[in-house]
Amino acid sequence: MAIAKKAVVWGLFAAGGTLTSFVFPALIALFLLIATGNVPEGLQFDQIRTFAVSWLGKACLFIVLFLSVWHAAHRLRVVAHDFGIRKDALVANAVYTIAAIGSVLAAFYLLMIG
Amino acid sequence: MSRNPYVRPISTTTWYMRHGRYKVYVLRELTSFLVMFYSFLTIYGLSALTGSAERWDAFLASQQSTAMVVFHGVALLYFLFFQTFPWFKLAPKAMPVQIGEKKLPDSYIIIGHYVAWLAVSVFILWLAGAF
Repeated sequence: MAIAKKAVVWGLFAAGGTLTSFVFPALIALFLLIATGNVPEGLQFDQIRTFAVSWLGKACLFIVLFLSVWHAAHRLRVVAHDFGIRKDALVANAVYTIAAIGSVLAAFYLLMIG
Repeated sequence: MSRNPYVRPISTTTWYMRHGRYKVYVLRELTSFLVMFYSFLTIYGLSALTGSAERWDAFLASQQSTAMVVFHGVALLYFLFFQTFPWFKLAPKAMPVQIGEKKLPDSYIIIGHYVAWLAVSVFILWLAGAF
């Protein structure tokens, strides 16, 4: 792999790892609150919609989701190798396709919200 | 050197069971499944948000169960101890900070990450109206 390309791929991976480390505990905690039935006020329809409609909200959600799925895809590719699956080209295609689908869906839904 | 050097057979599927350090490595890497899971759960939530308030409320209601409380609780602890904290621990190795001739002590960088993480978490939870 050319050095320039490698820097971009590695940069996205590292950024995703840092972002997930910082953001996902709070994200999981919010899903935990939802699961217990104590839905926080900011996650009620009007408030969360207002956030997702704003361009700042859209940008935050998209960047977090985009970097997270690409970071996870890259690691899942290595995990497959670690568990003895030696068809790397196939695995790479599968995980990066999942990441691409996630990124496109996130962008699509964010734009649909208005 | 012999033409056919002896290669110790190592299982490609269970090699990490031989050493505690390898087990921790594999446990750490498995958090990537959680990252994928919560990303797609959030994306699924966004799909519900494109619709009416009733659809969003139905999404919230669909997420409420004792099983999900247990799952999220375990996932939160697992993620903290096998992704977030190890990531902070390796931060000084990945991003050493040099000021002039001196290198910033590792502990400063690690503590800085914990402080920033607490601030980010409190901000997100405050933004979501959790308190």
